[in-house]
Amino acid sequence: MTTYKAPLRDYRFVLEELFDGAALARLPGYEEATADTIRAVLEEGARLCEEVLFPLNRPGDEEGCAYENGVVRTPKGFKEAYRTFCAGGWTALACDPAYGGQGLPHTVNFCLEEMISSTNLSFGMYPGLSHGAYRALLLHGSDEQKQRYLPRLVDGSWSGTMCLTEPHCGTDLGLIRTRAEPAEGAYKISGTKIFISAGEHDLTENILHLVLARLPDAPAGTRGISLFLVPKFLPGADGGIGARNGVRCGSIEHKMGIKASATCVMNFDEATGFLVGKPHGGMRAMFSMMNSARLGVALQGLGLGETAYQSARAYAAERLQGRSLSGPKAKDKPADPLIVHPDIRRMLLIMKAQNEAARALAAWIGIHIDIAEKHPDPAEREAAEDLVALMTPILKSQFTDGGFAVANLGVQIMGGHGYIREQGMEQLVRDARITQIYEGANGIQALDLVGRKLPMHNGRLLRRFFHPAERFIAAHKDDPALQEFVLPFAKAFGKLQQATVLVAQRGMRDPEEAGAAASDYLRLFALTAFAFMWARMATVSLPKLGGDEAWFYKGKLATARFFMNRMLPETSSLLTIISAGAKPLMALEAEAF
Amino acid sequence: MKVLVAVKRVIDFNVKVRVKADKTGVETANVKMSMNPFDEIGVEEAIRLKEAGIATEIIAVSLGVAQCQETIRTALAMGADRGILVQSDAELQPLAVAKLLKAIVEKEKPELCILGKQAIDDDCNQTGQMLAALLGWAQGTFASKVKREGDRLLVTREVDGGLETVKLKLPAVVTTDLRLNEPRYASLPNIMKAKKKPIETLTPEQLGVDVAPRLVTLKVEEPPKRQGGRKVASVAELVDKLRNEARVI
Repeated sequence: MTTYKAPLRDYRFVLEELFDGAALARLPGYEEATADTIRAVLEEGARLCEEVLFPLNRPGDEEGCAYENGVVRTPKGFKEAYRTFCAGGWTALACDPAYGGQGLPHTVNFCLEEMISSTNLSFGMYPGLSHGAYRALLLHGSDEQKQRYLPRLVDGSWSGTMCLTEPHCGTDLGLIRTRAEPAEGAYKISGTKIFISAGEHDLTENILHLVLARLPDAPAGTRGISLFLVPKFLPGADGGIGARNGVRCGSIEHKMGIKASATCVMNFDEATGFLVGKPHGGMRAMFSMMNSARLGVALQGLGLGETAYQSARAYAAERLQGRSLSGPKAKDKPADPLIVHPDIRRMLLIMKAQNEAARALAAWIGIHIDIAEKHPDPAEREAAEDLVALMTPILKSQFTDGGFAVANLGVQIMGGHGYIREQGMEQLVRDARITQIYEGANGIQALDLVGRKLPMHNGRLLRRFFHPAERFIAAHKDDPALQEFVLPFAKAFGKLQQATVLVAQRGMRDPEEAGAAASDYLRLFALTAFAFMWARMATVSLPKLGGDEAWFYKGKLATARFFMNRMLPETSSLLTIISAGAKPLMALEAEAF
Repeated sequence: MKVLVAVKRVIDFNVKVRVKADKTGVETANVKMSMNPFDEIGVEEAIRLKEAGIATEIIAVSLGVAQCQETIRTALAMGADRGILVQSDAELQPLAVAKLLKAIVEKEKPELCILGKQAIDDDCNQTGQMLAALLGWAQGTFASKVKREGDRLLVTREVDGGLETVKLKLPAVVTTDLRLNEPRYASLPNIMKAKKKPIETLTPEQLGVDVAPRLVTLKVEEPPKRQGGRKVASVAELVDKLRNEARVI
């Protein structure tokens, strides 16, 4: 069985002890986001996730979505859960109060997104996509569009989608064929979109599709793409729903995972659409929604990893198999629990170290998103925005590759019981698999990091990570108690600097060199960022070993040591691989594969 | 009608309770604490009475350590209007709690007090009854349904043989049973609003109540471990064991 209790203690640790979460409440507009409010919000959110969403996770996977004549039915219980979710105001958490939102920081929403993903990733897709649509309209919609649609997305009565992919084009959106013809002050949209999450379902009375399409005079490629809003039901005169629009679901996909999330083929047949933003400005508009969606997917990886860890930990503590190699530990029992065995501990610690570093890194980036949005000083905003832009592909890849690996280890710990459906562990693996693919496959994330983020503003983005890392190392490297944490981090950071120079120099000469190094470079960067987090967590935990909660801080320090000694050394081989360059990768003729 | 709801801070129902090594009580350090589930039902019932236009104001009262504020906040986030904390680090036994609640009732003059039928930590099932007796009010305990009829309250009670409905003269004390309602989740807007709702802090001294324990806890032990079952060869052996070993027949 999978088990899950929201990591509320760890949220308090990262938000109140590791980072200055109180700084959030000092940002204009976030005055109410004090530590005790955030605690109360997360506690109630945790209850909802644990008690309402989690019990629907496995039945939802078994039942899946059903399609009949253009109508999609979500699994039993999803409608009621969605109603409870909206009634609680959870769709409005980080939304603008001007449109009925609660105006809480994105950092808090990050925690909620993690908990939702831990308990029911499929369910989370529906409000998640709506939030993406909300952001795109908030940033690029006209005032009239915002007044009309945002309150509906905020209260959850209408939902949203992102319609990008077409049968012949996914990553390369320049190939898009969906057409938009001007007609009566609006546009007629025609074409087919595939892989549309939440494209059709029975949770809300209306669905707002954000569709990329080409105007008749559009230049070729991504510069000729515009963004349109195509509601399933056109808005009526009273603000409610009016006539049915010409957009229909043709079928739903049968997938490896997230089976309770409807992944739809959407057919647009001269459907009425409204231009969002400027003509041919669609890619920019879509990317503002993509970037936050990428971080959302990162949190999905973390969320699944947390449930896998908690479930595997519970199993390892109870399941009796074999005796400890150093002599029996549970002498009154016929065998020792799994957790005595070194290899089981190895797997559990990888899971724990990955999850907790990811949670810390997510909070760090979450706080910077809030700073980027609310800080009064433009220089602070720019610096924060830089860091978020730099780290977004790293979080997306590292958390989702990590989440999949962690879920897989969960299956391994449970053995045959992890492999059978009844226990729920294999579902986490299947659900995690998509997170490495959608919102930009992880290979694309690596290219984004190496090809766009590193050279941007002459390396300015990179310095937003390098400078705090250097400052931390300088401040703590001479503290004898901290050396076991700071020195390995400093060493990894040195390798990252070396690799950065290598990738930049070689990439300048030959872009294929950058492409060949990208994924390994991203992983090296991610492990270094994790080391930064673990070193900081150790710094915070060391002075607290005497108190009431010594068990918690001991856990942090032991995990930090495990990470530094048994996970971070991977950076050495990554540097070696990066140094090897593109040649071994490109030498083989395509025909010889 | 003003409604007073008592909410107790107890060990969360999900926590596996451990007895302290010295057997003086149970371990509460680093243990998750929550509102007593029966009290949550009480808060929910009060809110429903308010939504039905019967209750006008809901006051959530908790008695105990400073952290009981959090329990009151939970009630406020669900929909109670204001809170009163009677702060004391002393062990508060049911009689002391009943006396304190009586003092608050005399101050606030509610027409209805709703309490959980028992708290899941000590399972006393006494406070509501004691409060009614001290106040000289009518009482409807183990309520699974509450309905107002004019100046009377119809309370359906869960009793051993089934359901019993009593008609109470107001003011009255009602204690909740499990099936009275299903408490709601606090909504995000209400959680935010709860921060601004007032909580008054009082002390037993201010209320003139002597809270000194009248009962002494000798020791607290874990229930005996279950023994493995045994197969019996015959009915005669079974009867013999039930009579002479288990002494149940």
